[in-house]
Amino acid sequence: MKLELGFIEIKDIQFSNESKVENGTLFINADAVKEFVYQDDDVKACVKSVSFDIAKPGESVRITPVKDVIEPRVKVEGPGGEFPGVIAKVDTVGSGKTHVLRGMAIVTAGPIVGFQEGIIDMTGPGADYTPFSKLNNLVMVCQPVEGVHQHEYEHAVRIAGLRAATFVGELGRNVTPDESKTYETLGIREGLEKYPNLPRVGYVHMLQSQGLLHDTYVYGVDAKRTLTTIIYPTETMDGAIISGNCVSACDKNTTYHHQNNPVVADLFEQHGKTLNYVCNIITNENVYLADKQRSSDWSAKLCRLLDLDGVIVSQEGFGNPDTDLIMNTKKIEQVGVKTTIITDEYAGQDGKSQSLADADPLADAVVTGGNANMPIVLPKLDKVIGTLDYVDKIAGGHAGSLRPDGSIEAELQVITGATNEMGFNRLSAR
Amino acid sequence: MKNGRDFLIITNNPLVERCLREYYEVSFLPDESYRGILVLVRDKIYLGHKLYTHPLSGSVKPNETPYKSVVISKAVHGFDAGEAEIISNCIAAFDKFSPRKRPLSDKILNDFQLIDYTLLCGALDYDAAAGLSKINTPI
Repeated sequence: MKLELGFIEIKDIQFSNESKVENGTLFINADAVKEFVYQDDDVKACVKSVSFDIAKPGESVRITPVKDVIEPRVKVEGPGGEFPGVIAKVDTVGSGKTHVLRGMAIVTAGPIVGFQEGIIDMTGPGADYTPFSKLNNLVMVCQPVEGVHQHEYEHAVRIAGLRAATFVGELGRNVTPDESKTYETLGIREGLEKYPNLPRVGYVHMLQSQGLLHDTYVYGVDAKRTLTTIIYPTETMDGAIISGNCVSACDKNTTYHHQNNPVVADLFEQHGKTLNYVCNIITNENVYLADKQRSSDWSAKLCRLLDLDGVIVSQEGFGNPDTDLIMNTKKIEQVGVKTTIITDEYAGQDGKSQSLADADPLADAVVTGGNANMPIVLPKLDKVIGTLDYVDKIAGGHAGSLRPDGSIEAELQVITGATNEMGFNRLSAR
Repeated sequence: MKNGRDFLIITNNPLVERCLREYYEVSFLPDESYRGILVLVRDKIYLGHKLYTHPLSGSVKPNETPYKSVVISKAVHGFDAGEAEIISNCIAAFDKFSPRKRPLSDKILNDFQLIDYTLLCGALDYDAAAGLSKINTPI
C-alpha cells in the first residue's frame, strides 16, 4: 500500500468572508465552518454554541480546557475520505494521495468533564512543553445544551471538531503542495525478498479503550470492542484512528498525534535502510483483566506469526494501561521478539518514585517522554480562549493552582501533549 | 465469556450503587476511601476471590478522585499470585501520589462519579448510557 502526502505549509490564519488557502495563508469564514459543523444531528442536539478564535505561535494566549487537536487533510486521489467510518463512509484509506495543511490545527475547547482537559500556552514556559504552541490554531470553543449528558456531549464535540477539520482540509484540495512524500508498505513476501538482510520491525500501537470518555476509534469502531489486529501504517497516517477520550492532557494521544504518529514517521524514515518496517499491530487497553490477557496474547502471536525481529510498543495513559504495556512486552519478548517501549513517568514531584504502576525484567529497553508530576509555574497570559474555571480541577492542578495574579502553579500533566507516549515531543530522560 | 452472576462490585461511588444495584451485587461502602477500597480488594484477593477489573482503571490519578469501583468474584476461586501482584502494585502506586486536601464542588464530585461509573460499565459490558438515562445527571 502506497500513500503520497502533499504538504501545504500554512503560515497564517485570518478570518475572512471567503474561505480559501492562498500563498500559505488560510482565510476562513467562521460562519461557513459553523454551518458545516451544525449539519450533524448530534451536534445540533447537544452543542448550544460554537465560537471560533485564532491562536498563533508567540502570542500571549492560553487555550483551555483543550479537548482534541486535529490536522486538516483532504483525500485527493484514491479510495476513502477523511476520518473513514466517522465523517467519510467506511472505505480503506492509506493509499492514493492526501493533501495536508501542515503548520496548523483545529483545536476543540470548552468544558466536558471538568478535570481532564488540558492547557496550550502559545508563549512563555508553557509553550516549550507543548508541540501545539508551534502551530497556527483555529480554536473552536463549544458550549453544551443544558441538560445533555457528558458522554453525548463528548461525542458531539468530537464530531464537531472532525467536521471543522474536514471543512478546512477541503480548502487544500486544489492547492499545489509545497512538498510531497511517499510512504509504502510491501506485502510480506515482497518485503522479505526486497530486504532479505534487514531486521523485520513492527510497531505495537496500544489504543486507549477503558470505557466511555476513554475511547479510541478505528474506522469508527470503538477499540474496546476489537481484537488485536494488523493495520497498514499509512492507514493511521490517513485518519483511520481518532481520539475520543478525556484522559490526562499530558499523555493524551490527540487525533493530531495519530495522524502524525512519530513512531510511524521514524520507522518509515529507516525503512529499507536499517530495517524493514513490516506493519503496525493495534491493540487495546481494556479494564477487564481477561481482555488484557486475550489482547496481549494476540499481540505476541501476531509478532511471532509475522516473524518480526523487533517491535516498538507505545501506550496511552497511566495505571491500568501500564499493565497492558508490561503484559504485551513480556509476552512478545517471550516469543523471541525484541521490544522497546515508549511511555511517560509518574515518578512523583521529586522524580524519585517508581515511574509505572507495573514492571518486569523483560521490559529492559524503555524510552521516556518525561515526568508528568514535575511542578511547573505558568505566568499569566493576556488572553484566554475558553475558560480558566477548570484550572484548579484538571489532573495535575490543585486548589489554589490558579493564583490571584493569574499565574498557574501545577504539575506538567496539565499541558496538552507534554509527555506524549508516542514520543511526539522533546522531553525525555537519560 | 463474562459471568455477571459471579461479579461482586466493591465501591464507594454512590452513582454505581444507584445505577447498578438492580443488576449486580454491589458492596457499597460510602465511608471507605479510595485506598480503603483497594486494601479491601487486596484482602479479598488473598482469600482467593478473583480480580476481574484493573484497580487503577481510568487515567484519573488516585489522589484526584475519591471514588473507586473494582469488580471481584463473589465465589472463592483460589489464590492467584498474578492478581495479588496487580493489586499490590496498585496500592504502591497510590501511595506515591501525595494527598491533595482540596475542597471538591458537587459538580466535580459528580464528574468523578461519572468517570468511575462509565469505566466500570465498560468492563461489565453494561450500557453506561442506558443506565444514566434512568437518572438525571446533566453536565
